[in-house]
Amino acid sequence: MSETLLRVRDLKVHFPVRIGGVFAGRYQMLKAVDGVSFDLKAGETLGIVGESGCGKSTLGRAVLRLLPTTAGHVVWLGADMTELDGAALKARRENMQIVFQDPLASLDPRMTAGNIIAEPLHNYHPELGKAEIAARVSEMMTQVGLQPSMLNRYPHEFSGGQCQRIGIARAMILKPKLIVCDEPVSALDVSIRAQVVNLLMDLQKAFGLSMLFISHDLAVVRHISHRVLVLYLGRMMELSGRESLYRAPRHPYTQALISAVPIPDPDKERAKPKVLLSGDLPSPLTPPSGCVFRTRCRKATEICARVAPAAELIDADHTVWCHHWREESP
Amino acid sequence: MSDVIFEGQPAGRSLWQDAWHRLSANKAAVVSLVILIVIALVSIFGPYFLPWRYDEIDWNHVEALPPNFALGHYLGTDTVGRDLLARTLMGGRVSLTVGLLATSVALIIGITVGSIAGFVGARVDQALMRFVDIMYVVPFTFLVIILMVMFGRNFVLMFIAIGAVEWLTMARIVRGQTLTLKHKEFIDAARASGGSTTNIILRHIIPNVLGVVIVYVTLTIPQVILFESFLSFLGLGVQEPMTSWGVLINEGAAELEINPRTLIVPAAFMTITLFCFNFLGDGLRDALDPNDR
Repeated sequence: MSETLLRVRDLKVHFPVRIGGVFAGRYQMLKAVDGVSFDLKAGETLGIVGESGCGKSTLGRAVLRLLPTTAGHVVWLGADMTELDGAALKARRENMQIVFQDPLASLDPRMTAGNIIAEPLHNYHPELGKAEIAARVSEMMTQVGLQPSMLNRYPHEFSGGQCQRIGIARAMILKPKLIVCDEPVSALDVSIRAQVVNLLMDLQKAFGLSMLFISHDLAVVRHISHRVLVLYLGRMMELSGRESLYRAPRHPYTQALISAVPIPDPDKERAKPKVLLSGDLPSPLTPPSGCVFRTRCRKATEICARVAPAAELIDADHTVWCHHWREESP
Repeated sequence: MSDVIFEGQPAGRSLWQDAWHRLSANKAAVVSLVILIVIALVSIFGPYFLPWRYDEIDWNHVEALPPNFALGHYLGTDTVGRDLLARTLMGGRVSLTVGLLATSVALIIGITVGSIAGFVGARVDQALMRFVDIMYVVPFTFLVIILMVMFGRNFVLMFIAIGAVEWLTMARIVRGQTLTLKHKEFIDAARASGGSTTNIILRHIIPNVLGVVIVYVTLTIPQVILFESFLSFLGLGVQEPMTSWGVLINEGAAELEINPRTLIVPAAFMTITLFCFNFLGDGLRDALDPNDR
């Protein structure tokens, strides 16, 4: 766990949003991801958490270049993905795959499970014979816990958990080095959720995968991640090793998120101090000045409105973007 | 790129098979399908078994003869003594051919234009769809008359004229469907797994729009047959002695008071065909409706 595979630097993804204008159309930039930087090492899992609409999924897709990036760099195995195009991009992508949130929607309803899993092989290794492809697909299905006898079934004949396993098998068939998991367990039942998370961790061990694990479920992220990145309105709030973040969150936003995770013991749950967030997420079209979190922050002062906080290093593995992180929480 | 059939494993039931099961449970659709097949077969092979050819005049009876089995005029003759059944079957060949071919032309152009416009989007979409809008404005009848004047009456020209108009709606429908599919996650997944644009359109978009398109095809064929008969009615369709249902109905309408039989026979064939296509289209729409899945 030493080599840095993925280096994201000051990544920005802005979407033009039409806000009026009869013919010409007036546009405003929606800053879905604004200045995100992180490194990912081989075999490491980085959890990305935040509320709905904070740019988690956009970040995941931008890393794969499924979305055009506005500025910044995504350096993958030494090559800047944001500068690649066409065949070069396709070649680079072979090593990075994605698992989606909605298990059924991410599978083509008119294709059999076997063909869905085989598709990346068709695209990247057209030289493979049918027998070879069939063998690899069967092997991969066994590995993700599906019976090879289900090869010729169609997605609607599977349960949600099985569909997600097909999605994982499709992502794994090329033996990639990085998998972006875009809320892979959010649409699943709790009982299935644990199985899929454990499957991902097993695969990570077996193949030495790196993962970007996007989720709003802090308990799951704690279970699977080595480090955690907290996003709010497309900006980084806190980036830290797992233990440090969950033991001593420094950013008021992280504190609120973590205190909202229920403890499965009613007495402890009632006794624990809660940090509640007031208000709603502001419109990403008109984010607050300075620190974007200040409108909901209990520590906000006048400086927060003027100056966007810079990265402050707490220790080697813990960075926070807040002016007031030193002040103890009440 | 061919599909991999994984041999030795139990087969699943595809959405197409599901739709087929639902369709076969729909009596009206099945009956319509059978009738359509019978009409098509009779139109194709029937003329070979009749004693009279469609353009052959019975010189002993140059008049509208009532049905006469002894002479082999099973449904009588028209005013110049040609066998009405032979002519109706021949007209059926022409009408059905026009219907199928013109619809296929519309289908191919419509799917190509619609899926590209919808999937590629942006400027390509704008250019293609504004062209479609412009084509919509051209009055169809004038277009056909101008083409006829320029190139003379011609069977092939009719396909082109009808196909050129029918693909417009097809393209819009396919584009609309493509737009809804484009943002589905499986399209993103296909892109992440290395699929090119062509690959994604051929492998993911088109198979998924086909359901809607097939329904529209079954509703387009009767429309085209009606178009053809409308053109023939105006005298712009096929040329004598070749005939179509539209031509026959036109001739029969002139004889309506003296000889209603010459109108009723081709009109009955055509009406039944149109009804069957509509019932079949209805059944297909119910069978393929993805909402009940």
